[in-house]
Amino acid sequence: MKLSRRSRRKRQFIWRSENRESHAWAAFLLPSFLGVTVFVLIPFLDVVRRSFVTAVTQEWSGINNYRNVFSNQAFRLAIHNTVRFTAVCLPLLIGLGLFLALWLSRLKQIQLIKSLFLFPLAMPAATVVLIWKMVFSRQGFLDGLLIGLGILPEGTLFDFMGTGASFWVLVFSYVWKNLGYTMVLWLAGIFAVPGDMCEAARVDGASEGQVFRKVIFPNLKSSLYTITVLSFLNSFKVFREAYLVAGSYPHEDMYLLQHLFNNWFVNLELDKMAAAAVCVGTVLFLIILLLQRLWKA
Amino acid sequence: MILLAMGCLFCAPVLFLLSGSIMSRYELTQSLLPMVADQEKLITWVFFPRYPTFEHYARILFQTPQFFVVFWNSMKMVCLILAGQFFIAVPAAWAFAVYSFRGRKFLFTLYIVLMLMPFQVTMLSSYLVLNRLQLLNTHGAIILPAVFSAFPVFLIYRDFCNLPKGLIEAARIDGAGEWMIFRKIGLPLASGGILSAGVLGFLEYWSLIEQPMAFLEDQTLWPLSLYLPEIGIEQAGYSFVAAVITLIPAVFVFLAGREYLEQGITASAVKG
Repeated sequence: MKLSRRSRRKRQFIWRSENRESHAWAAFLLPSFLGVTVFVLIPFLDVVRRSFVTAVTQEWSGINNYRNVFSNQAFRLAIHNTVRFTAVCLPLLIGLGLFLALWLSRLKQIQLIKSLFLFPLAMPAATVVLIWKMVFSRQGFLDGLLIGLGILPEGTLFDFMGTGASFWVLVFSYVWKNLGYTMVLWLAGIFAVPGDMCEAARVDGASEGQVFRKVIFPNLKSSLYTITVLSFLNSFKVFREAYLVAGSYPHEDMYLLQHLFNNWFVNLELDKMAAAAVCVGTVLFLIILLLQRLWKA
Repeated sequence: MILLAMGCLFCAPVLFLLSGSIMSRYELTQSLLPMVADQEKLITWVFFPRYPTFEHYARILFQTPQFFVVFWNSMKMVCLILAGQFFIAVPAAWAFAVYSFRGRKFLFTLYIVLMLMPFQVTMLSSYLVLNRLQLLNTHGAIILPAVFSAFPVFLIYRDFCNLPKGLIEAARIDGAGEWMIFRKIGLPLASGGILSAGVLGFLEYWSLIEQPMAFLEDQTLWPLSLYLPEIGIEQAGYSFVAAVITLIPAVFVFLAGREYLEQGITASAVKG
């Protein structure tokens, strides 16, 4: 069969452009990938190697480091607290954010409110710490407020940072910082739901609750994925506030994995650190894969 | 109305800082004494100081050269990191968003995983490589790893994905080179998203704690965010003013980039 000259040229052109394209991506990606390889991937492989050897003499020690880590009291405490923190904070933040976003989506002038809620994002941890100390310390404002409301008896000085309540201070701090961001994410998802869909459901006699469950919520699934991932990412950053307010060894209820790694680093317990980093990294990796499966399926 | 009140409550810490920064030394001591001396009394606070003064501002601006050193350390690090990310992360995001190539999915998952790893997990590996490259105790130890962070790649990728594919195809058929398409179509059309990543990045790197704490021993190299908490409560006035000055660039960037910030967040929510 004889192709006309024109279509042959066209075919050739497409082939050429695809060929050119197939090299271009590498040029765009290479600088970034090289950096990631040098600064993260290769050193992480070294950490994996180190997790199987002794810290000083670099002798093969099998799974000894792992055994040490798992029998370590501090490690267990830190894991427990970190899991507890994540389990409390993520649902709380995501739920509160959705609640506020639904509320806001009915109002008209929301620009100012959005900005007010986003503002904590702009406050560096270092500047907040001073305030947190004033609010939550033994002589702090929160005690004054609770006494004023009659919740605490007159004259008590309750130290929020030095008791089990410190965990909730941490939770509060996290929610305070991230609520605006989460809310704006939810709002975007809600506004992307076509308005006439909700309208139609309402006309058909659906209650507000039904509209939300049957119409709005199914459309928010992809938002939920992004929000969960980003909230998870931000949950590790609460260490900044925790560390700055309470130091390296805070009350045991807020001793997080981050504290532990930091202390191991300061004490140069590199073998334990390597083993723990491999464990935590693997667990996080599995969680991320699981999340992707759950939502992309 | 309730929401407005709640929003204001969220921003209340700023009022503390502002009022504290203009309070006279005597008044501050009176207010915070129970905390400093660990007395059995609650601290008190007035939002409109009786004797407002700028003595602390004057002291920090004219008598504390140390403060300028850490301030410029912070500025330098943040600016270099953002500039580096612009040249590294934006093209990488473009590669992921526009081209389909073998291993793309795998590589992108790798980037997401790296993005989600907390600093503490990679702290040891970073330390080892920085040690090898003899970058420890220099600003490079903070800047270089941050430049190759995966987070901006992820954010900007979302914006590039929202570009109409037909536009890129059309440009290609018109004979535009790949670099040309990136510069003339990709960059301008996704500039909002890039700016929003920049705003988020600024806020993030302006308050760095963990990295400088681990990799910078020399206090003269410290950023503001690490220097600030070192000021004890005995010097409350000084630390209030320092906090206010730390806050100013962050608030400025926040207000200037607010629109982009929201757009950027919005873009990442809708495109699942």
